[in-house]
Amino acid sequence: MVEQKLSVTLITGRTIDQGVGKELGKGSSEYFDSVAVCFLDPVDIKKLGLKNGANVQVTSPYGSVVVKVKKYTHGTMSGMVFMPCGLWANVICGTDTDSIGMPTFRGFTVEVEPAPDKPVLTLDELLKQEFGK
Amino acid sequence: MTKVIGSVVCTICGCLCDDLEVTVENNEIIKMKNGCAVCEAKMVHGYKSEERILKPHIRKNGKLVPVTIDEAIHEAAQILTDAKYPLLFGWTSSASETQHVGVELAEELGSALDNCCSVCHGPSVMATQEIGIPTATLGQIRHRADLIIYWACNPWSSHPRHVERYTAFTEGRFEKSEFKEYVQKLKAKASQKKVAAAIRRTQVRYQSPSRPKSALVEAPPQTLAKEGRKMVVFDVMKTMTAEVADYFVQVEPNRDYEIFGALRCLVNDQELDVDTVGGVPVDYLKEIADVMVNAEFGAIFFGLGLTQSIGRFRNVELAIALTRDLNRKTKFVVSPMRGHFNVTGANTVFAWQTGYPFALDFSQGYPQYNPGEFTAIDLLRRGDNDATLVISADPGAHFPKGALQNMLKYPLITINPDWNAISRLGDVVFPTQWCGIEQAGTAYRMDSVAITLKKVVEAPKGVPSDEEIVRRILEEVRVIKAKKTATDAADGNVSQEMVGSKKRRSKSIEKEMY
Repeated sequence: MVEQKLSVTLITGRTIDQGVGKELGKGSSEYFDSVAVCFLDPVDIKKLGLKNGANVQVTSPYGSVVVKVKKYTHGTMSGMVFMPCGLWANVICGTDTDSIGMPTFRGFTVEVEPAPDKPVLTLDELLKQEFGK
Repeated sequence: MTKVIGSVVCTICGCLCDDLEVTVENNEIIKMKNGCAVCEAKMVHGYKSEERILKPHIRKNGKLVPVTIDEAIHEAAQILTDAKYPLLFGWTSSASETQHVGVELAEELGSALDNCCSVCHGPSVMATQEIGIPTATLGQIRHRADLIIYWACNPWSSHPRHVERYTAFTEGRFEKSEFKEYVQKLKAKASQKKVAAAIRRTQVRYQSPSRPKSALVEAPPQTLAKEGRKMVVFDVMKTMTAEVADYFVQVEPNRDYEIFGALRCLVNDQELDVDTVGGVPVDYLKEIADVMVNAEFGAIFFGLGLTQSIGRFRNVELAIALTRDLNRKTKFVVSPMRGHFNVTGANTVFAWQTGYPFALDFSQGYPQYNPGEFTAIDLLRRGDNDATLVISADPGAHFPKGALQNMLKYPLITINPDWNAISRLGDVVFPTQWCGIEQAGTAYRMDSVAITLKKVVEAPKGVPSDEEIVRRILEEVRVIKAKKTATDAADGNVSQEMVGSKKRRSKSIEKEMY
């Protein structure tokens, strides 16, 4: 049965493509393709009735962002969503630091839902939308 | 004219690989040998991309317009001097010489001073301050370690040559490389996949069996008891590093603390009366504890999975405590996987200049240290600072949205070589040289070994080094302050100004305290 929304644990981190993309330039297509994405377990993608590369909206208590979904092929990660470090992930991360300076980057629950009609914003569009600059 | 420069240092991650061979033609890098994919992206393509900033810019009527360097320096110094409590943040992709001037600027301004450590391994630094750290240089680990444990990190992506240069796949003096065994394992896996695919094709309705959650962790393989180097990976998801490892342990998110505690019990010959801890069966943990105790020289490398998960610095504290326990039975070391190439340098320079490695405040005229109060995210979350200078970092892409929104309420000065996210948001934007490509200097490797960075090409005309920019801003701040003092003296306001400067402490903190 296809589900409308999926509650999963957010994990953020580095990927080699994100590393290459950021060094080529934050405005480069390589950076956009490697960072404006999230990785889900193939089982979870199937639950949402999605195909690899479809647009999804990831929502946390701190914000919401549209990215492309990709299958995670290295191993099982059911119940988790992985997003590479970057502005798209940080839009949904919180500023609570537990009084030691480290913000809430991972390990909290977010909701993933299909967003076929919503576009994935580029870096400049996202900066404009979130910060007006 | 073409020239080949050897022993060039890579300025990407904390590994600071110093064996690059760079070919330069007409003041342009055209080829690079030995580096990883990320290094190649920066040193051959990225540093000369169209994203490069070549002129200083100031935001006028909402648009960034090119200005002269003198105008930008004056504007930046004026913003910082006018602000009651500016924040100077970044410093981790600058040479240590620049970081040194940065501390002087913070002291002159009476500002907050923080580096990127506060959003990566700040908790590791705090844990080290709590209980110390038994560690070693990467050279020691390369030659002697026979058990490598990567915990909550993925060097394949974040430190691509770490495994190849310093741990499992390197040919040490006393321990041999495991690369050949890895290749054999890959071949065996490929043939297994072919057999599985053939079986699948013969079945009409094949469905992959759903795996219960408790079956995420496979039993330790027999190869874990072999002689020679072994690599174990603990992580919440199977990464490329985990695929290379002899054994991968998939832990539940936010459960590292419990697993460290369980391993400490087992290493100290205590019994556990539960079946699983953090999703890992205790029987498997017992085998891992045996492997740890029987190792001749073990090394634990941990990443942001510990410092950013629930527990933060307490997770790291237990990792260090486990290492301490293991040292009663064998030789073990532990080391954080530091990210930016000179984040260790920022900690080191700040510490020998002020006594503290990050989260600094100079508002009282002397350095104070308090993570949670003077860390960048906390200052921004509370809205304490009223101007920000960002140097050699990109909080635009790596700070949570809420912190950035508060940062952008006030003037923002950026010093970066390219148009990264924070430069696009800046009000005064400086261009600068690429450290380690166009500018020489000193950087500290993740194991605190100082390494000299080389200059391999000349910077574009008119693009200064970040050290020069910070030094010129400092001089300009002194000039503006001297003028202001002279004007105040003429008006008889000296005593009030002095009192005012001592009351820069964050308002919200005072509210919380009283």
